[in-house]
Amino acid sequence: MSTTETERVEKAISGAPMGPAGKPARPSRAAAIVPRATVAGRALVAVVAIMTFLASLTIGTALAVRATAATWRADVKREVTIQIRAGEKAATDAQVQAAVDLAKGTAGIAGVHVLTPEETSRLLEPWLGAGLDLADLPVPRVIVLRLDGTGRADLPRLKRTLSDRIPTATLDDHRNWSERLALMAQGVTVTGIGLLALVALATILTVVFATRAAVATNRSVVEVLHFVGARDGFIAAQFQRHFLRIGAEGGLIGGLSACAIFLAVAFLPRSGLLPAGEDQTAFLGWLDPGPLGFAGIGLAVVTVALATALTSRVTVYRTLRTIQ
Amino acid sequence: MASVVRFENVGLRYGMGPEVLKDVSFGIEPNSFQFLTGPSGAGKTTLMRLMFLSLKPTRGLITLFGRDVSSLDPDEVAVLRRRIGIVFQDFRLLDHLTTYENVALPLRVLGKEETSYRAEVTELLQWVGLGDRMDVLPPVLSGGEKQRAAIARALIGRPEFLLADEPTGNVDPTLARRLLRLFIELNKSGTSVLIATHDIALMDQFDARRLVIADGRLYVYD
Repeated sequence: MSTTETERVEKAISGAPMGPAGKPARPSRAAAIVPRATVAGRALVAVVAIMTFLASLTIGTALAVRATAATWRADVKREVTIQIRAGEKAATDAQVQAAVDLAKGTAGIAGVHVLTPEETSRLLEPWLGAGLDLADLPVPRVIVLRLDGTGRADLPRLKRTLSDRIPTATLDDHRNWSERLALMAQGVTVTGIGLLALVALATILTVVFATRAAVATNRSVVEVLHFVGARDGFIAAQFQRHFLRIGAEGGLIGGLSACAIFLAVAFLPRSGLLPAGEDQTAFLGWLDPGPLGFAGIGLAVVTVALATALTSRVTVYRTLRTIQ
Repeated sequence: MASVVRFENVGLRYGMGPEVLKDVSFGIEPNSFQFLTGPSGAGKTTLMRLMFLSLKPTRGLITLFGRDVSSLDPDEVAVLRRRIGIVFQDFRLLDHLTTYENVALPLRVLGKEETSYRAEVTELLQWVGLGDRMDVLPPVLSGGEKQRAAIARALIGRPEFLLADEPTGNVDPTLARRLLRLFIELNKSGTSVLIATHDIALMDQFDARRLVIADGRLYVYD
């Protein structure tokens, strides 16, 4: 407006000039258009945190199981065993030697080790107890073959040769174990994906209801924004900003809590809190999500924050259509 | 120049109820000044809601700045509303924003930086006598101050059409006269003005066109 117009309006209002308009220092940061207190706050942060925590545990556990199963499979596939049925000692020893010679002459086999009676005894200890004298029992002799990992070993041929030359010998390539482990890993992965889908659905539904409630609570604000010419996109962005903050906060709490659990499990054996012993130090040692698992948890946090914001945006748009 | 608003045989009913507006036809021209009056409950506010696109008519044609409002999408409605300033009977100030922020709201929704409109808003608040109440929240403003804040908010976007619903309903006669003078000055600067009121004394202070609504029908006295 021009100065003349200013003076005219000024005079119209007050009947007398008011002097030069002052420009007081004002905070540059404007208050939120949607009052923060009316957006479902702490409760929703808690819900998002719990959901992210569950999702992160699922991701971490599934990846840990998968990685551990893969390691176990690799270990199992790196070794094969030849068993010689027990018989007369001299004959059995000859058969063992013949099997060792055959194995050593096979390409792709890096090492051959015949289990000593003490080693065999240790293997049987969980079932038969300690202090066992194997001399009285028809315990088969076990020869462990370590593969060189190049895949050159022709195990079917070795198996045929063994059964042709040493009828009491059998070759076990641990295929059954390997297949079971693969099946278990797949099952855990599928279950994890299913659980993640449920957690995601629950999170989205929670955010939808919270957003609807927030829009309903702020209906008067939305109406005023409409009447002063705000586009739906502008109004949706006001709500989206709040929900992004809520999603990020809840996601971080949930994700960091899950990371803390995994790290605690990883450091528990070193903490000295567990009783000493080989089995105890391996307590939950398999539950290590690895870098990929922690990256997955980070991705879950980001996804939850963005999904929370996006869900609120879509919900606000839909709600606005009903209050044009 | 196209009419600011044009109604042709507009009718409105709520749900399955009787028609509250019947065959309403009139136009509001650029730079015009008019009062809308009638008994309480006659439909003044309803007619104004139709004018700022808060309601859709059951029948008839409404054009706003030459556009048929029935064919507008939400974004086009928002753009048209920016050309209209509205002063609500109940002010509709946002209680969690200061007077300054309430008045600046129409500029803020346009995505403007606060630094670009700070001086303008401050100046307008000085004009309406709220220079020392800028940082106050609406709940502590008096009725008259709220009224002036609502008027300032309606004016900050330099509207082509100003709609004021009972703008003097909450103020004393002296302030009512001042506000009327403000609206007259705005009209002189090129804004079309429509003031809904049932205050005969106020209307008698200024010779202007009168739209009288009664029994759902509109009568125009030029």
